[in-house]
Amino acid sequence: MNAETGALIAVSDLAMQFARKRSAADRLAGRPQQIVHALNGVSFAVKRGETLGIVGESGCGKSTLARCLVRLHRPQTGRIDYAGKDVLALEGAARRAYHRRVQMVFQDPYSSLNPRMTVGQALAEAIRFHRLREGAGVAARIAELLDLVRLPSDTAERYPHEFSGGQRQRIGIARALAVEPECLIADELVSALDVSVQAQVINLLLELQERLHLTVLFIAHDLRLVRHISHRVAVMYLGAIVELAETERLFSAPAHPYTAALLKAAPELDPTRRSTVDAVRGELPSPIDIPSGCPFHPRCPRAVERCRIEPPELRELEPGRHAACHLPLIAAAS
Amino acid sequence: MNLMPASVTGTETLTEPLLSVRGLRIAFGSARGALTAVDGVDLDVAPGEVLGIAGESGSGKSVTLRAILGLIRPPGQVAGRVLWRGRDLMTLPERELRRVRGGEIGIIFQEPMTALNPVLTVGTQIRENLKEHTTLDAAARQARAIELMDHVGIPAAKARLDDYPHQFSGGMRQRAMIAIALASNPKLLLADEPTTALDVTIQDQILKLILRLRSEMNMSVVLVTHDLGVIAQTCDRLAVMYAGRVVETGPVATLFKAPRHAYTLGLLNSVPRADLVRQPLNSISGQPPLLFQLPHGCAFAPRCRFATDSCNATKPPLIALDAEHRTACIHHGEVAKAT
Repeated sequence: MNAETGALIAVSDLAMQFARKRSAADRLAGRPQQIVHALNGVSFAVKRGETLGIVGESGCGKSTLARCLVRLHRPQTGRIDYAGKDVLALEGAARRAYHRRVQMVFQDPYSSLNPRMTVGQALAEAIRFHRLREGAGVAARIAELLDLVRLPSDTAERYPHEFSGGQRQRIGIARALAVEPECLIADELVSALDVSVQAQVINLLLELQERLHLTVLFIAHDLRLVRHISHRVAVMYLGAIVELAETERLFSAPAHPYTAALLKAAPELDPTRRSTVDAVRGELPSPIDIPSGCPFHPRCPRAVERCRIEPPELRELEPGRHAACHLPLIAAAS
Repeated sequence: MNLMPASVTGTETLTEPLLSVRGLRIAFGSARGALTAVDGVDLDVAPGEVLGIAGESGSGKSVTLRAILGLIRPPGQVAGRVLWRGRDLMTLPERELRRVRGGEIGIIFQEPMTALNPVLTVGTQIRENLKEHTTLDAAARQARAIELMDHVGIPAAKARLDDYPHQFSGGMRQRAMIAIALASNPKLLLADEPTTALDVTIQDQILKLILRLRSEMNMSVVLVTHDLGVIAQTCDRLAVMYAGRVVETGPVATLFKAPRHAYTLGLLNSVPRADLVRQPLNSISGQPPLLFQLPHGCAFAPRCRFATDSCNATKPPLIALDAEHRTACIHHGEVAKAT
């Protein structure tokens, strides 16, 4: 897929494991080291100016993926290309330039902003580090950024704790935009916010994307939000992409049974349409002990013997629609 | 399944309500002055009904639920009446209240890991409740505990009785908490954001479990949540709270189709809809008010696009639009036109 023309980011076969800490009791009992398989061969590409939504439940690897992309984690295998350059090999000035172009906005603005720095200081630090402005230009740029995210101009002199959750998330966005990035990686950007405030931040993100021609990776567990904001959506399950398609096609006719289950489980806003049957049976397996074959097979209503043995590859079912399923819900184009 | 039982509102009840809350007020002292978390809330729950309480952070929905069982501790101050099958729980001596709490009325919380005792096995915690609220002997309690675990969908119930809460997954822990709450055959289950910490496929299972148990045990449920989708899928009636007051109440189907309070309308419009992809959402401007500096009139007026001067004069009371639907919005006519 990385051969796709015009791809700004191309990820191929990314795999990442974490060794779990062994307690003294584990050692005494001779229990083996446990490995969390966070990413198991993830490949996708993002076009310039596109919003790719990444959706999945706990342990699906979506946050690990985000962290690999900004090099907070180093994957064991796989490759990330950004504008044709191998990201994992970047060093020195080239690496700093990459970090300027790709910015992450975190879920929890409480913990990602320095509580001892005023908003102005936090923004100025980023601007000065990348030498984007000097002298009086810095203050002017801060005013411009605060205006961009619709915060009052006296925000610069105040500390993060003085703001509400929604305002703090705007500060987080301003901090990311301070270095004039091309790409924003938003990990659960609005999950901690009340619904009325969520809508404000989503509107802001949509508007900024248009104005600044940003490429956005929107990582979330809320299907409604992902559907609203994304051009394409990747559905992840236990460290792998199980389906990747244009948003409307994915939501109107999911190909992977897991996508279908997720859509069915998301509570609909229409009280006249209720179901009394569980959308999907069973628990989420642990990423320490991923089921054989297709990782979804123990919960899948369509699973057959083959699903238990042979892991399905992510393949193109129809142009632009990829799914990793032996028995997809839509027929593959011949 | 009976999804829409005979609904009741206010005082003109069709069936006798199981629980009636009248004029509930909850105040806390804070470093920045006294604040009123709940300001004159009335609620009714009919037998077998699922009542939803929706609202954002600080709306008072969770403290309302806790106050019903007398779980607000000093310096919190509670006033009003909580009528439970003819008795006022607010004036009940602690010893008698304990028989109701966890007995006739069960409660489950958002985070089972903090609500369950981490050093006792799940079986011990179920048996504890059975010992407190039933006359079963030890052997019968053990059998009943297995039955309850099985009933809430915990596989290998017998073996898992000896497990500790940390050995359960998030969804199973919530099931275990439900099993404990159900041990005493409660007539009413209070659920405070029971699925907020769960993944969506597990949330779906737990909500359907609660609905199934409601029918099987002929129990009423009060479900507190911020998620309108959860309300739409599980509740019969809804009370929307804002800044410590109920601003609109009525049957779920009515409120979702024809909201008559500007805040309810704003909330519904804030949720992305399938047909408006990548369009700006009709969000509510501004932030929820701080509870120690509430406006004199309608608390929502500063964020409301329908607000006029008269909204700031007095707090609008809940007025009946029909037998079931009430709103505390003087501009409900304009809200209706905008829907």
